[in-house]
Amino acid sequence: MRPELVCPAGTPAALRTAVDAGADAVYCGFQNATNARNFPGLNFTPDELAQGVEYAHARGTKVLLAVNSFPTAGRFGLWRDAVDMGARFGVDAVIVADIGVAAYVAEHRPDLRLHLSVQAAASSPEAIRYYVREFGVKRVVLPRILTIPEIKEVKSEIPCEIETFIFGNHGLMVEGRCSLTNYATGLSTNMDGVCSPAAQVHYDKEPDGSVATRLGDFTIDRFGPDEQAGYPTICKGRYLAPNRDDAYYAFEEPVSLNLARLLPQLIEAGVEAFKIEGRQRSRAYVRQVVGAFRTAVDQVLAGQEPELADLVALTEGQKQTQGAAASKKWR
Amino acid sequence: MTEIAQEKSAASGMGPGRFLPPPPLFLLQPVLRRVVRRVADLHPSLFDRLGPHRSAHFVIDARGLPFVLLLVPDPGNLQFRAIARRAEPVSDARIAGGFFDLLGLVDGAEDGDALFFSRDLDITGNTEAVVCLRNALDDVEGSIAEDVAGLFGAPGRAVLAALRRAGDRRGSGS
Repeated sequence: MRPELVCPAGTPAALRTAVDAGADAVYCGFQNATNARNFPGLNFTPDELAQGVEYAHARGTKVLLAVNSFPTAGRFGLWRDAVDMGARFGVDAVIVADIGVAAYVAEHRPDLRLHLSVQAAASSPEAIRYYVREFGVKRVVLPRILTIPEIKEVKSEIPCEIETFIFGNHGLMVEGRCSLTNYATGLSTNMDGVCSPAAQVHYDKEPDGSVATRLGDFTIDRFGPDEQAGYPTICKGRYLAPNRDDAYYAFEEPVSLNLARLLPQLIEAGVEAFKIEGRQRSRAYVRQVVGAFRTAVDQVLAGQEPELADLVALTEGQKQTQGAAASKKWR
Repeated sequence: MTEIAQEKSAASGMGPGRFLPPPPLFLLQPVLRRVVRRVADLHPSLFDRLGPHRSAHFVIDARGLPFVLLLVPDPGNLQFRAIARRAEPVSDARIAGGFFDLLGLVDGAEDGDALFFSRDLDITGNTEAVVCLRNALDDVEGSIAEDVAGLFGAPGRAVLAALRRAGDRRGSGS
């Protein structure tokens, strides 16, 4: 079995870059709350998506449309329209998290392939089988909390494909449930698609060269002049606590997942698709990361020892980890 | 910061002086106007991604140059000017980085988030405006640096090639 390399595209130029760098599939979203990377200046207009599908299909690459946020009362039309437009433009699958959106696809677009987003946080065979049975889900994107033996065990008990993240955001929270941004800004990662909205992020440079990061009214970190930085998210901030001498990472640390060395074990475990995170990243990131993993996956499939490109310069905090695949600890 | 990162950071702060001694600002202004007009003409869709931040005033500080650049990416009032550091204007957002890192961003060769993580890129002011500008520039097919170099024919392309080589040497640590 040849696993699919699923690559991020935040803009049309990034989509073409990913296709040209060897992606088997690209995933992308519209410029609204229907996807979990609803960042300013990012994503696709309907015309851009139609053109992107044409470009990708002409080169044998699939396009997966992320419609993976959660509609609230009175807003469902936006998600319905996103699904309908995706179907009209010929996307190869829609990636959903909400059961209402999944039901809409199953009922109204039965020919459209359905993938279950990591945002649904389905990590047990029971949960995954439910989505398969009720909505005809063909692939589940697993949360980044499972060891390889656990992935293998899940795979043996479900009647659908598995996609796992191999590079990018570490993402250990129970995805689709995190309300930290909501608490600080009033906007929801899961319902508005914005984790740490840029409009409420402020960097204050201090005279000594350190930088304080604020989200809304909250200071969430302070980087010394020589310290590496991470994304301005609450989960990766440092906080003072009564029993601590210094500010510390209370939830997660700024670090990126990199499972390049584990590709053979993941293939052996039955993983059908490898996902690279980073729709918010540049064409340069897409070109380098997709190119590196295209080479590595092809070498593994050819029975060779993979050449693993050094991608640490692109990682958050300039640090990388094998995450839950190596240890169930968070740090 | 690691030793390599420190070396890279120090080197990225160097300007392109060995290739392009900076001309007096009054000579630079018409060139910059031509440059930004050219980019706007070639890539009109760039402005769509700026959304409400088209009229934002961005100060771009390429460390090592004796001036900062003011960019107002408003198609109706397009501005790109060099301003002496002592007269830096009030802006909505300020982006500061090494010359070669900033060149790498407009050349499509560098990742802005990675430069931010390594602290080679500083952002202050309206973060959303900066994110919009970053995404707008990144969606430009090809290289803005090449488009600009093309304005000046073979000499422009030769200068860009020399700058890229210098940037590559810096990246490889030599």
